[in-house]
Amino acid sequence: MSEPIISVRDLYHRYGDFTAVDGIQFEVMEGEIFSFLGPNGAGKSTAINVLITLLPLQEGSATVAGYDVAEDPQKVRESIGIVFQDVTLDRDMTCREILEFHGNLYGMPNAERKQRIDDLLALVQLEHKQDSLTKQLSGGMKRRLEIARGLMTRPRVLFLDEPTIGLDPQTRMRMWEYIKAVNKEGTTIFLTTHYMDEADNLSDRISIIDKGKIIATGTAAELKNTLGEDLIYLETSDMPGTRAILSAMEMVKEVSQKSKGLVAMLDGDGSKILPRIIEALAAGGIRVAVVNLKKPSMDDVFVHYTGRELRDEGSEKPSTAITRAGRR
Amino acid sequence: MHLGFLTIYWRDMLRYYRFKTLLVSSLVQPALWMAFFGIAMSSNFDRFTSALPPIPGVPSVNYLTFMAAGVIAMTTLFTSLFGGMSLLFDKNWGLMREIFASPLPRNHIIFGIGLSGMTKAFIQSIIIMVFGILIGAQFFFGYSATKTILAVLGILLFVAVFSLGFLFLSATIAISLESPEGMQGIMTLLTMPIFFASNALYPIEAFPPALQALSMVNPLTYLVTGIRYFAIGDSFQAIGVHYTYTPLQIGLAFLFLIAFAAVMFGMAWWRFRKAVVT
Repeated sequence: MSEPIISVRDLYHRYGDFTAVDGIQFEVMEGEIFSFLGPNGAGKSTAINVLITLLPLQEGSATVAGYDVAEDPQKVRESIGIVFQDVTLDRDMTCREILEFHGNLYGMPNAERKQRIDDLLALVQLEHKQDSLTKQLSGGMKRRLEIARGLMTRPRVLFLDEPTIGLDPQTRMRMWEYIKAVNKEGTTIFLTTHYMDEADNLSDRISIIDKGKIIATGTAAELKNTLGEDLIYLETSDMPGTRAILSAMEMVKEVSQKSKGLVAMLDGDGSKILPRIIEALAAGGIRVAVVNLKKPSMDDVFVHYTGRELRDEGSEKPSTAITRAGRR
Repeated sequence: MHLGFLTIYWRDMLRYYRFKTLLVSSLVQPALWMAFFGIAMSSNFDRFTSALPPIPGVPSVNYLTFMAAGVIAMTTLFTSLFGGMSLLFDKNWGLMREIFASPLPRNHIIFGIGLSGMTKAFIQSIIIMVFGILIGAQFFFGYSATKTILAVLGILLFVAVFSLGFLFLSATIAISLESPEGMQGIMTLLTMPIFFASNALYPIEAFPPALQALSMVNPLTYLVTGIRYFAIGDSFQAIGVHYTYTPLQIGLAFLFLIAFAAVMFGMAWWRFRKAVVT
């Protein structure tokens, strides 16, 4: 069985009156990809900055790779790799120089450093760009170079703070492949993201974080299953009546209000339950204007736990088609 | 011994070399000072001082020779004060997070920046010496080859300690501020009194007492004194003033610069230990 490689207890972090991290507690297992999913300003970056020793530990405890971040920050630094949220490359250094600089910062011996640079440039497919200045690289190449840099010292944990922010969809998919490949080699990955699909596709486990608190943790499947097997969205002629009828049905787990309609979480196969719902509504004299049946997505999970939509441009589309019932 | 500071040094020199405009302007600028300000001023000053009765038995040097020492000092001052600017850029947009999150002890950042700034000051000082001699500064006049080499080493030693002091100050300011504009403002504010309340361009003997007192705690005065001692000699006259230096005076001037650099390092270290970059 794997051991926790990151262990955080009762972590708080405040900036003056503002509590950015409000008592979080979690463990990351060796070898997994673990995500912090939450909107901008949720406290993800603050938490990561405490773990990578850029911010002092104010309250609580945290260990990374077996070392306490407050007691032994030097050992923590030696054990981790980091890809920062913003691009932190010197525009006027070449790719190879960026990696040379990093290896030297960590005191890597010459021969090992050179070999490692060759290997990593091959891994992120930047060999042909090794003598180009970083300002000549595309956004995706810069990110790949930063991942290579994060891996220079063979860290036990690689921290990725919003690794695909600002990249086009195709480049993001390729980044995910790199991240998965790195994880397969045995590096534990801790990433923060505000992209639902990123957390969903990439992570073994996800913690949803909002307003400084962790509000749910689990695999993507586990989180979605808390919402039931399928979701039905309804707009009808009589919303309160619809709500009453739905709530009375035993295969409906929960009903929640949207701006114009209702969402019912189903405890069973939606394609079989949907006709029965429509029958029941028809029997009650209620006309259905809009119906939408879908599998719960991470967006739904997020809305369920926070009561708010997480507005982001890169979220996944509903997986099922929208059906419109006829308006009689 | 941890040699991490060499990494910081290597990278800063790499940038110095790579930014060709920066490189060229930093090399040409001191020569231009000598060529324009030096020649213009010396033609005037030499006209005034030729009217003064020379002090008998004391070798006399022209104004260009006198002010060349000041130009070396001034260039070192400017280069060093601005040497920390790259840290500010790194903090806001660059590699400072990577460096702060690495196991590199933070005092190595200060050492590394100090060492690269010192190297730049060396290069500029040598250019001024060579160019100055070419246009008529009487540096190392009548020295043997060995004595010239020793004199150059003496000058570089003074330049080294002085530049480290101001580089540490520059690093302190850079790590404490957010905006390059703010740093620019502080630099401009600092350079004016440091440069003019000193013996770089004229003798301080004629200053009013307050200005004279200020110039006596000004590190630039001690650097200029050291440079003149090594480049011109321990007894000469210029602009009607007789300058004599004893080895004790020079030793004390050097100690003053070391103390200044030590205090500035202490300040930089304190700021760097406290600094949080996220």
